[in-house]
Amino acid sequence: MSRQRDDYENSWWKKFKGWVDGEVDLLAEGMEIRVPKTQEEGEWDGKPKALMSADKMGKMTDSQKRRGIRWFRRFYQVMSVFLCLSIIFVLLWTVAYLPAFGNAGNPDNNEVSARYIEKGLQETGAINIVTGMILDYRAFDTFGESCVLFIASCCVLVLLRIDEGKAGEKARKRLAESDDRLFEPKNDVILQKCACILVPLILVFGIYIVLNGHLSPGGGFSGGAVLGSGLIFYLNAFGFRKTERFFTEKVYRRITLCALTFYCLAKSYSFFTGANHLESKIPLGTPGAIVSSGLILPLNICVGLVVACTMYAFYALFRKGGM
Amino acid sequence: MDTPLFVNMEETVSIVLFGIGFTMLMLHRNLIKKILGMNIMDTAVYLFLAVKGYIRGRMVPIVVDGIQEVSAYINPVPSGLVLTGIVVSVSTTALMLALTIRLYERYGSLDLDEILMRAKEEERV
Repeated sequence: MSRQRDDYENSWWKKFKGWVDGEVDLLAEGMEIRVPKTQEEGEWDGKPKALMSADKMGKMTDSQKRRGIRWFRRFYQVMSVFLCLSIIFVLLWTVAYLPAFGNAGNPDNNEVSARYIEKGLQETGAINIVTGMILDYRAFDTFGESCVLFIASCCVLVLLRIDEGKAGEKARKRLAESDDRLFEPKNDVILQKCACILVPLILVFGIYIVLNGHLSPGGGFSGGAVLGSGLIFYLNAFGFRKTERFFTEKVYRRITLCALTFYCLAKSYSFFTGANHLESKIPLGTPGAIVSSGLILPLNICVGLVVACTMYAFYALFRKGGM
Repeated sequence: MDTPLFVNMEETVSIVLFGIGFTMLMLHRNLIKKILGMNIMDTAVYLFLAVKGYIRGRMVPIVVDGIQEVSAYINPVPSGLVLTGIVVSVSTTALMLALTIRLYERYGSLDLDEILMRAKEEERV
């Protein structure tokens, strides 16, 4: 045992943990990061300098150029109105040939939906057929959706993050600008009292929606959105210092990674057993009970966690440039 | 009152909403308003899909009292598609807004023409 502990510094687990926590920079040597030249502020006040210098050496005079731009704008507006009207006309023409609304014999009510309705309860164990469909028959699609959310939050992080460690002049200015508590009342008593009462209710309601996804309308996406809005409300009432006690970037990363990995592994198991005609060992339970319908409940929890974290991350990033 | 457009009134409304969003996207030069137009277009698509799944006089696809006949419930497939659409629309909206913030920081303007002009001038200099 002691040898294992001695070797902990070089162990795979330590490396993996460092990678998850972002302590090890994998791209430290492999990627060249070019910092763009920062533009001097105030260059664009009034008439841009660049435009003037271009005018001097260019052939066109300023007034000619402006007239050209005005003509282009008018042409563009006329053409875009024409384009919009023609697209609406074509679409309305198509609608006129569509089958009548609300008719059971329409071609979209085909054998696919009939199969979902007739066999869904027996095969997935979920009372809510839509949940059974998206988290069992088409679970891979939902996995893609969760990944889309995760990738979107990563992109927003890349675009909006302000690095406090190596803050240059510009980054410091952005940080000061985004410290928006200047314009808002600090420690608003009314808001804080309301938050004390409402935030627990909102969070409990969100958890209820997530856990009842297979029994009633709702599920991971809607419940996760409710949870995220509860977190955002708490953040607005009490500020970043209080939320950082339990929700930091590290927590966000861990929750998202664990949820997505669990989703991937759970669905890989079902794909493996399904493709090889093996008996899935996961019991479906009695329909209608809260712990039933096999993998759908844990998958709903995973999706709900990812969505809640992403909503909160979007808000925190747009507001402060960090979590 | 029997014209096809009136029979498919819900689809017509969603197409008109789509047209409003598309016109906003084309005609406004402000980037934020373009994003608003994009979101209106998304909403129109959800409405269209939800309308396509609806069947008159039937219930929500949640099994009640063990009834499992096809004639009891509406079509569950479009509901799942709307869910996908909402998630993707949230992600793209967040991404577009983040890009808009970066553009505003760089060029000090939300006007798309002005941003393009300044970018071109910068390239030339």
